[in-house]
Amino acid sequence: MPHGRSRAGAFLLSVRTVFLKDWRSELRTRYAVSALLMFVVTTIAIILFSLGSEGASPDALAGMLWVVIFFAAMSGLSRTFVMEEERGTTLTLQLAAPPAAVFFGKLLFNLVLVTGINAITVLLYAGFINGFVIRTMSIFAVAVALGSIALAAASTVIAAIIARANTRGTLYPVLSFPIMLPLLLSVIEATRKASEGAYFAEAGGEFQLLISYIVVVVVSSSMLFEYIWKD
Amino acid sequence: MNGALRLTGRGLRKEFDRRTVFRDVDFTAGAGETLLITGRNGSGKSTLVRIMCGVLSPSAGTIALEGAGDPHLRAGLVAPYLQMFEEFSPLENLQIGAGLRGMHFDAGRARELLERVGLAGRLHDAVRTFSSGMKQRVKYAFALQHDPAVLLLDEPAANLDEEGIALTRAVMAEQRRRGVLVVATNDLADVETFERRVDLNAAR
Repeated sequence: MPHGRSRAGAFLLSVRTVFLKDWRSELRTRYAVSALLMFVVTTIAIILFSLGSEGASPDALAGMLWVVIFFAAMSGLSRTFVMEEERGTTLTLQLAAPPAAVFFGKLLFNLVLVTGINAITVLLYAGFINGFVIRTMSIFAVAVALGSIALAAASTVIAAIIARANTRGTLYPVLSFPIMLPLLLSVIEATRKASEGAYFAEAGGEFQLLISYIVVVVVSSSMLFEYIWKD
Repeated sequence: MNGALRLTGRGLRKEFDRRTVFRDVDFTAGAGETLLITGRNGSGKSTLVRIMCGVLSPSAGTIALEGAGDPHLRAGLVAPYLQMFEEFSPLENLQIGAGLRGMHFDAGRARELLERVGLAGRLHDAVRTFSSGMKQRVKYAFALQHDPAVLLLDEPAANLDEEGIALTRAVMAEQRRRGVLVVATNDLADVETFERRVDLNAAR
């Protein structure tokens, strides 16, 4: 037990240190934030030019919002593990920190990052895309919140898997798509219901699925992470 | 010195893609002893060091460290393939190291350690601005910060000047008083004395 600190206290300190290291590193390099923001801005601009003055159905607009969010996440969220591999600091983390602390520290960082980026994406999308109107804000807010958590959970463990592959750039979205398909279908459906003005209870099925998805991904990832992380 | 401390490997084998790096490696080393690992390039010295650190699993065999407590406080490693967090200063690196191990960060001790390894004037500069010899010194401070039961030095004198080599000798002598010292090198001048030896040339 390190210096009289309880085992749980030592673990939480380790998680916090992984998170703060990545956070301060991101503040100094702006690597992931820059990639994510550039992707969001350019993609929304392309959608805007493609649609012109014409509108699109709520189904299509809800789908397009989550396409932007999904690919933005793919462009930035893998950085948390890929960066360690490229800089050769994976061994340093393996040596000093328990694997579960690395996983939860990285998950926390990705969660903060994706929540911030999703908030910006939603604001830009709602501000610039004609016809994207949210009539039931509660459904939309819960869908974005649960979608962000689910996206961060799935992308963290997938990033750990692909970080050691030579073709990591292309592998990430390819591997992520089937794993994230249930999540994407649920948030798209919830967003469609929010734009159509459905009652909150009508989106209960999607929220139950999203919560189940988060629990399954986080629990299974934390159990499997040690085998992914250590050779 | 912890008399109950013992690092033991039995029948260790490591394969990468069906290529056997080494096989039937046995060793034991107790507190106050130095275990020397030698072998030509590609014989698996660094692989064996990684297995001893617990970051790599052997393909066969067992490795155990008795009497060392928490696994994340037991080993300290200095090696050419170990990298520090280069966007941070040496002091920040030691703070991160303490936090990762779940330990309270003692800033005074961290400063002392960094001054001891000859980085007194560069405590707040980013490690990426350092020479390779200075980075090697940061690695020594990072490895010693938690008083490791087992200190593993892979090519201990790499990139160091005469003053740095004198430092490594002092660190080795101190570790022999505290616990187990493992040195992987082909240059026997790096090690003043050793009690145990693993020759990986004979383990293929």
